[in-house]
Amino acid sequence: MIFPVLVEVQLRPGIADPQGSTIERSLPALGFEGVSGVRVGKAIRFTVDAPDEGAARERAAALCQRLLANPVIENAEITIENGNRP
Amino acid sequence: MKVGVVLFPGSNCEHDVVEAVSRLGGNAEIIWHGERSLGGIDAVVLPGGFAHGDYLRPGAIARFSPVMDAVADFARQGGPVLGICNGFQVLTEAGLLPGALQKNRGLKFLCTTVAVRVESSRSVLTSGVRAGEVLRLPINHFEGNYTCSEEVLSRLRDEDRVVFRYVDNPNGSIDDIAGICSREGNVVGLMPHPERACDELLGSADGAGLLRSLQAVETALAAAPAAAPAEAPA
Repeated sequence: MIFPVLVEVQLRPGIADPQGSTIERSLPALGFEGVSGVRVGKAIRFTVDAPDEGAARERAAALCQRLLANPVIENAEITIENGNRP
Repeated sequence: MKVGVVLFPGSNCEHDVVEAVSRLGGNAEIIWHGERSLGGIDAVVLPGGFAHGDYLRPGAIARFSPVMDAVADFARQGGPVLGICNGFQVLTEAGLLPGALQKNRGLKFLCTTVAVRVESSRSVLTSGVRAGEVLRLPINHFEGNYTCSEEVLSRLRDEDRVVFRYVDNPNGSIDDIAGICSREGNVVGLMPHPERACDELLGSADGAGLLRSLQAVETALAAAPAAAPAEAPA
């Protein structure tokens, strides 16, 4: 079966995010008040051919571990999209 | 003394390294990243640039280049390995040095000359330089903000592995770190570019002492090769 996978890579809590803080600082100038906690990450989509969802998740996790995220500074969250992708 | 300079697609400082090494009386050759062996070289340099376009993260793809297995073996056998700028990023991604390099605090690409203090003379790059000496070296990076866990930081300090610190921290690096080395001192990574500071005409010749140290190391190491196990990235 083909499983669509979404991997969201985010900087770990506590790791400074200069992109996020720069965006956040620019918001009041555009008239957006009260927005805080801006963090910038990456969304990576792909499909995995696997016998079931568990196996697809396992493959995706291995891929995150080896390549997609750097565990020193990043966390990866895996979503199997079950074909419900908009 | 022969220095192998690895060329990844997107490297752009390989010729600077070759030129600097040759002018210091050494021999340097470029090694394509697709090679599986390093040939008969005495030291490896991973030069600056944007290996594989810095896609995903700097060094993330370069780490899987075929030549990197040979570089890791060479490092494990005690061979001198130097990563400059992007090369430092590759070494951390490959787990040959701990920690990671993230975007500069302030989000600016930095291209300037900075004062860098030598903190330890036990690395292959600083064996001929006194600790405490301040060098003027160019930096040229967007992701030079070194970070690591508290545990790794205290290990680096305890084991005398912080090789260089910025005198005036330009990028937000933890503990002002500009360069570190492996436990045995044979793998060194730094963000500043010693190869671009080997002639007064270029504004500074302070990098020459570092590259001279690297070139002097081989005989000592050839006599007593140390085993340097790869480090888990943490």
